[in-house]
Amino acid sequence: MVINDVINHTPENLSITEKTAKIDATGMYYKDLNSLLRSLDANGIENIEIHNVYGQRYIGTDLDNHINIDIYGTPGNDLGSFMKGTNITVHGNAQDGCGNTMDHGKIVVHGRAGDLVGHSMRGGKIFIRDDAGYRVGIHMKEYLGKRPSIVIGGTAQDFLGEYMAGGVLVVLGLNMKEKVHNARFVGTGMHGGTMYIRGDVRHLGEEVAVAELNDDDYNILGSLVDEFCSYYGLDAEKILQSKFNKIFPVSSRPYGNLYAY
Amino acid sequence: MKSYVQPEYLIERDNDRCIRCKVCVNQCSYETHYYDEEDDVLCSRNENCVNCQRCATFCPTQAIAIRKNPNTYRPNANWTQEVLTGIKKQAETGGVVLTGMGCDKPNLTYWDRLLINASQVTNPSIDPLREPMELRTYIGSKPDSLKLTTSKTGDITLETKLAPQLRLETPIMFSAMSYGSVSLNVHKSLARAASEYGTYYNTGEGGLEKSLYKYGKNVIVQVASGRFGVHPDYLDAGAAVEIKIGQGAKPGIGGHLPGEKVSAEISKTRMIPMGTDALSPAPQHDIYSIEDLRQLIYALKEATDYTKPVFVKIAAVHNAAAIASGIVRAGADAVVLDGVRGGTGAAPRITRDNVGIPIEMALAAVDQRLRDEGIRNKASVIAAGGIKSSADVLKAIALGADACYIATAALVSLGCTVCQKCYTGKCPWGIATTDLWLTKRINPDIGVKRLVGLLRGWSLEIMEMMGGMGINAIESVRGNRLVLRGVGLTDKELEVLGVRMVGE
Amino acid sequence: MKNLAKTNNPYSDEKVFDACSIFGMMNLKGERFSAKDPIRAMANMHDRGNGLGGGFAAYGIYPEYKDDYVFQIMFLDKEAKKKTARLISECFNIVNEEEMPTQEANVTDPPLMWRFFVQPKESKMENQSPDDFVMEKVTRINTETGKAFVFSSGKNMGVFKGVGFPEDVAEYFCLEEYEGYLWTGHGRFPTNTQGWWGGAHPFSMLDWTVVHNGEISSYGINKRYLEMFGYNCTMQTDTEVMAYAFDLLMRRQNLPIEIVSKILAPPLWSEIKTMTPENELALRALRQTYGSLLMNGPFTIIVAHESEMIGLTDRIKLRPLTAATKDDMLFLSSEEAAIRLVSPMLDKVWSPRGGEPVIGRLETPVAEATA
Ligand code: SF4
Ligand code: SF4
Repeated sequence: MVINDVINHTPENLSITEKTAKIDATGMYYKDLNSLLRSLDANGIENIEIHNVYGQRYIGTDLDNHINIDIYGTPGNDLGSFMKGTNITVHGNAQDGCGNTMDHGKIVVHGRAGDLVGHSMRGGKIFIRDDAGYRVGIHMKEYLGKRPSIVIGGTAQDFLGEYMAGGVLVVLGLNMKEKVHNARFVGTGMHGGTMYIRGDVRHLGEEVAVAELNDDDYNILGSLVDEFCSYYGLDAEKILQSKFNKIFPVSSRPYGNLYAY
Repeated sequence: MKSYVQPEYLIERDNDRCIRCKVCVNQCSYETHYYDEEDDVLCSRNENCVNCQRCATFCPTQAIAIRKNPNTYRPNANWTQEVLTGIKKQAETGGVVLTGMGCDKPNLTYWDRLLINASQVTNPSIDPLREPMELRTYIGSKPDSLKLTTSKTGDITLETKLAPQLRLETPIMFSAMSYGSVSLNVHKSLARAASEYGTYYNTGEGGLEKSLYKYGKNVIVQVASGRFGVHPDYLDAGAAVEIKIGQGAKPGIGGHLPGEKVSAEISKTRMIPMGTDALSPAPQHDIYSIEDLRQLIYALKEATDYTKPVFVKIAAVHNAAAIASGIVRAGADAVVLDGVRGGTGAAPRITRDNVGIPIEMALAAVDQRLRDEGIRNKASVIAAGGIKSSADVLKAIALGADACYIATAALVSLGCTVCQKCYTGKCPWGIATTDLWLTKRINPDIGVKRLVGLLRGWSLEIMEMMGGMGINAIESVRGNRLVLRGVGLTDKELEVLGVRMVGE
Repeated sequence: MKNLAKTNNPYSDEKVFDACSIFGMMNLKGERFSAKDPIRAMANMHDRGNGLGGGFAAYGIYPEYKDDYVFQIMFLDKEAKKKTARLISECFNIVNEEEMPTQEANVTDPPLMWRFFVQPKESKMENQSPDDFVMEKVTRINTETGKAFVFSSGKNMGVFKGVGFPEDVAEYFCLEEYEGYLWTGHGRFPTNTQGWWGGAHPFSMLDWTVVHNGEISSYGINKRYLEMFGYNCTMQTDTEVMAYAFDLLMRRQNLPIEIVSKILAPPLWSEIKTMTPENELALRALRQTYGSLLMNGPFTIIVAHESEMIGLTDRIKLRPLTAATKDDMLFLSSEEAAIRLVSPMLDKVWSPRGGEPVIGRLETPVAEATA
């Protein structure tokens, strides 16, 4: 492969076998890392392992092909923002803005994530094994065939699903001692999409209601939980046995009567 | 509940002139006129009229006159008609009073108190019709210096790689108006006019309709807090990306396209289901701080591989100078300032008329600050909000803008009469509406001609004024505040504007 | 006379606007460690600042002088130094004084830096506590001489800050040669160029230091409230106001941090409503009494003083903060990656909730916010 002509980066950082590339990101600036990823992508590499990642931002943004990226370390903010279809696996924790305005693709985090997971996401899937921070799934939206989904294995913090306009948000609370999620303002401003929460929620927003799951819900939830468990070696059936609450918007027009004429 | 609000306007119809053609009935989208078959007369429901002048314009015999209702409350400088009516409406609905277009109060304009210079004797004025007159403007970040090498043969090679630039044939662009707040035919007209004249049109936050992708070279795609229609192809389609932080008509508050306006077509472009409210949060939820802004700027640069300039648009507010300085340091290629008089499709009237500062002051302060900081070249400055003539454009450029954004003026060229009722979604001129019956009233083929006419007319006027000053390239006006003088301004106002008093 | 406020805020904006990265690291057993790790962590968050300010605070670095106040002072010229030294020797017994050790580094226009190890003269204190006496004199130096600025005045601790990226400022001050049990760091992103080293963070008063990220929208009233209690907000920064608020509430009014955090980032009324009647009464009173100190708007701060480090975010958590522990170490950081870089295998990592402080005290377990 003539890849080294295209990539003007110190080759010690990079080793390529067949369609797989290995990068040592130690001390690498995010711009250099991402432009390296772009050239690898453009040159037909299908699998990339990045080691020693400490805070490099925007990994996975602007890659055209559906390649696989394995990240070892702690990727920086806006992991996979605007992403078009890459598969990212993080062996570690993710920071803030993971999957920001993501369009397509998948992020699987073997750990926890910071605030704003899946902000304004419009497609693809995000799986977080442990907890996530504030404002998970804020303003995620769906349209036609595109339905974003997020599954959080642990619990999430306040403003979960704020402004949510579409998609599916699942919170499993697998690591919780009590059965109540401590998050406040869950679903505030929500006007589309669905949340499935295992356990109860401390404080719901004004724009949502709680219901039991019906068969359709169980189908959607089931397949997401199956997929979640397949990444982390967990027993989906056991998880699904517990009680879930469905949280849905009361109206797709929450602010219809806010104005004088 | 009986409404205590009286009609604002009364329709007077000259029954002798009226030929019963019923054009008015068809033209009014507020169902003001109706035909009484029994008596064979046209009648009106005065309370519905918003004085948009559609019916009067189309009445073939000029039989219609719309008059302000002479019944006013007792005159009072504080408790004005507007104040009393507003309170009554709120008492009756418990809601927020909405309005459209820009602030209509008289005391927030400075353009008219600035005057432009001309050459007499000591240097010659230029006749722009026959001599070269250059309005071309490049928007984008400029380096501090260039590295060049000259070969033996005298060829010069540029070594520095310039940041991406937009080329404008006239320093006027069409400001953000989302598809949804205005109709597709308006967008078509704007996009085609921009590409025909060599300037740019801004999508606003509602995404770019598929059929307009072909004008991408002349499109600025906006990324706002709702992220509607924002996906990789959209970012790739435009010539530049604009991050919208705020808007002059409603600084600090979000937007809200009511579900009834989210038609099938709108839903496709915004990528949300039909009939749902499209909520734009007040902040961008990934920007709570200046270093977050940098994060989004670079996310967009990464997403477009550093090939497009990234603009950041803010409402002109008290600390605009410091904020703009931060925006430039955060890596923006252009800063857009939208003044308090800027238009909108819908805003609470209280916010529109009370929040923000005039563009003139914000622009002067920002340009000066960026110069004091030595970073004025790092970004272009674009002025918006209340630009209503070519003189305003030229004055803005002299204060320090690289270019201006216009929106209300563009809509007026398409027929808008600034009735301020855009938020009803029933614009009788077919502009601020998504109702297919009304949107047909804008024919893009004609719309393009009218918009190009406006751009051409203003450009010619700018050239005339430049010629008068003896200046034949717009860059010699840019930031050249000596070509301005103020009249009727306090010392402090002159100081902030950085211009001298007339006669000085 | 040069006006320091003007130097820090050249355009007389209503205040200085900035944002940044922050980091804190503490050994809860009090064991001292070098600046190497805090510097690496700050350097890793390089992109959150813009090179116009960086700094560190360190505790336990002067054990041989542990009972003396240490004044670390910047001078704009020699004359200012002479005047200030005279003022200091009038009011204090000088145990030792020296120019601060510095080396070549990529920083902009460093002023003259000097440090004095001092004891207040008993004869000069008029019924004041030594702390109040020191504070009064420091304020006097900072406002009167005009060209001198005390940027650190606590015991057995020091602030090191300047114009440059934090890693460069650290190099300039030879920070790797110091050992402390608690370090905090700050990388700054001001909207204007700061020609003035004193404008960098951490901000300090006595041994209290604050590093801060965010912008406080309530600044106008916070400042006026503090002025009522005799504070002189010369720097026109959010951070200064924060530091004074801590001084007022914790040092002067003796309130514990658990209460102070409820003043600065109080629970919403909707939450207070759900509390036990007793708590409801207390929290309502806190908001009624200290409403002017509610820090409204996005912030994350790391506050430190002798033997304690506190991390706190605003009540709806508009700024990031990650906390982590490893054996006896407590970490606080804007980004997790910075912690991982210096301590890859952590015992526990979490995102503290808005308004709930993370507290590290010597020899006490770390209070953990519930996730
Ligand atoms: S709203 Fe317009 S079209 Fe209707 S009656 Fe009034 S002026 Fe005529
Ligand atoms: S766009 Fe239409 S509704 Fe809005 S002001 Fe113009 S004419 Fe009136």
